[in-house]
Amino acid sequence: MTENAGAIVSLRGVGKTFESGTVALAGLDLAVTEGEFVSLLGPSGCGKSTALRIIAGLSEASAGVVERAAGDIGFVFQDPTLMPWASVADNVLLPFKLGTAEKTGAHTAVTRALARVGLAEFADAFPRELSGGMRMRASIARALVTEPRLLLMDEPFASLDEITRFKLNNDLLGVWQELRRTVIFVTHSVFESVYLSQRILVMTPRPGRIFAEIAIPAAYPRDERFRTSAEYAGFCRQVSEALGKAMAAAP
Amino acid sequence: MTQAINRTTRQRALRLVLPIVMLALVVLAWDLAVRLFAIPPYVLPSPGLVFATLISDAPLLGRSLLVTLTITLQGFLLAALGGIVLAVAFNQWRIAEYALYPYAVILQVTPVVAVAPLLLIYLPQPLAVLACAWIVAFFPVLANTTLGLNSVDHNLVALFRLYKASRWQVLLHLKLPAALPQMLAGLRIAGGLSLIGAVVAEIAAGSAGAGSGLAYRIAESGYRLNISRMFAALLLLSLAGVAIFFVLSAASHFLLRRWHESAVKQER
Repeated sequence: MTENAGAIVSLRGVGKTFESGTVALAGLDLAVTEGEFVSLLGPSGCGKSTALRIIAGLSEASAGVVERAAGDIGFVFQDPTLMPWASVADNVLLPFKLGTAEKTGAHTAVTRALARVGLAEFADAFPRELSGGMRMRASIARALVTEPRLLLMDEPFASLDEITRFKLNNDLLGVWQELRRTVIFVTHSVFESVYLSQRILVMTPRPGRIFAEIAIPAAYPRDERFRTSAEYAGFCRQVSEALGKAMAAAP
Repeated sequence: MTQAINRTTRQRALRLVLPIVMLALVVLAWDLAVRLFAIPPYVLPSPGLVFATLISDAPLLGRSLLVTLTITLQGFLLAALGGIVLAVAFNQWRIAEYALYPYAVILQVTPVVAVAPLLLIYLPQPLAVLACAWIVAFFPVLANTTLGLNSVDHNLVALFRLYKASRWQVLLHLKLPAALPQMLAGLRIAGGLSLIGAVVAEIAAGSAGAGSGLAYRIAESGYRLNISRMFAALLLLSLAGVAIFFVLSAASHFLLRRWHESAVKQER
């Protein structure tokens, strides 16, 4: 409350122990301010997805304090997680259908969200008729449709090929610059986190906690020139080294 | 390219023609055997005689077919309703499942032939027949729908929770659509089973009645050594079963054609 005034999300001393006895998180502190693009970077199984689920309210912390400002949340899973029986447009409409969001103008919002991710022509298609990348776009459109204050993304591009991933990285940054909503992005890719984020939180292996915090002060818009620049390579080296130390820092 | 197309058309033609050729061969052999060994019609009627009986007894057999089909349809609809409602109840209230599921299983594993005579004591005949059709048909609907309701993508469940969906919304917009393929598989089995249940109960009922179904006709013709009518009635029963299967398969295909892997034609 005191040091994190203005934070949209703040976790202090958060721990999570599963019923099986697995300690996923211990002493996790983080604060994210409104409008930020932050990545949680760490090896598989370090509890970064668990942290994201705790932030979303899908999972309960076993210890510590979790604070989140009021407002809508959008969540993008690692899999597109679309309803196969519904068209793309109906899938994107879902948050309006279920939630407390204002329902007037829902259809305009769906059209706008689909256009934003480049799926305007596929509104009536069914998920199985789309490629993996297009399904993920539909999933992102669904998360964005209410223009939520906070967008949580759990390794959304991990299962896509590199070409598609680069394209979606660019499109995600475009949307973020347009809407300026807060994004917390979970990834295990150093390169992806550097390309996207303003700030990277490097996590230790299980039990996960924040090991290092690295700012990426490069200017936006970032594009292929940034991806091939020496500056980008330098940041990647810096983050990789931090990740290496985090891996070595056994609890 | 054209070769590939030729091959698929040829295969499709074969799938259509071969069963017909088989049928013709069997009927021919049957007819030859009856002629060659001079088998009397009260032992084995010739195919021609069966066909003639089908035509001459058409009004009688038609009425009986209608009786059996009506009961089958009623049994099927009640089984569909009962199976789905019970599956939803089990899914929503664990306590209902604990209390009732064992009895649903017992109802299923007890052979219906053994239950029918007892039901005939307590219920009027048409109702007893209907009850038998229901008993055998409802369990596959219940079991399959339960499986479908329980196998919903857990990330979608999380998403619904995130958007603060009510329990009712989760059921209506998530669980029921997700369970549809399994539910339809259960209904397809139930269609055939409700015909079997109706037939078994009719045979167990035995006694004549104004509205006697096809199975009763078969039993009755047996007592009268009217073997050709037995064959004709049996043929109608098989055709009814085949028709039920096709109607339900077509309905299932129509409902799933846009989204479910089982119904979507794969382009190669």
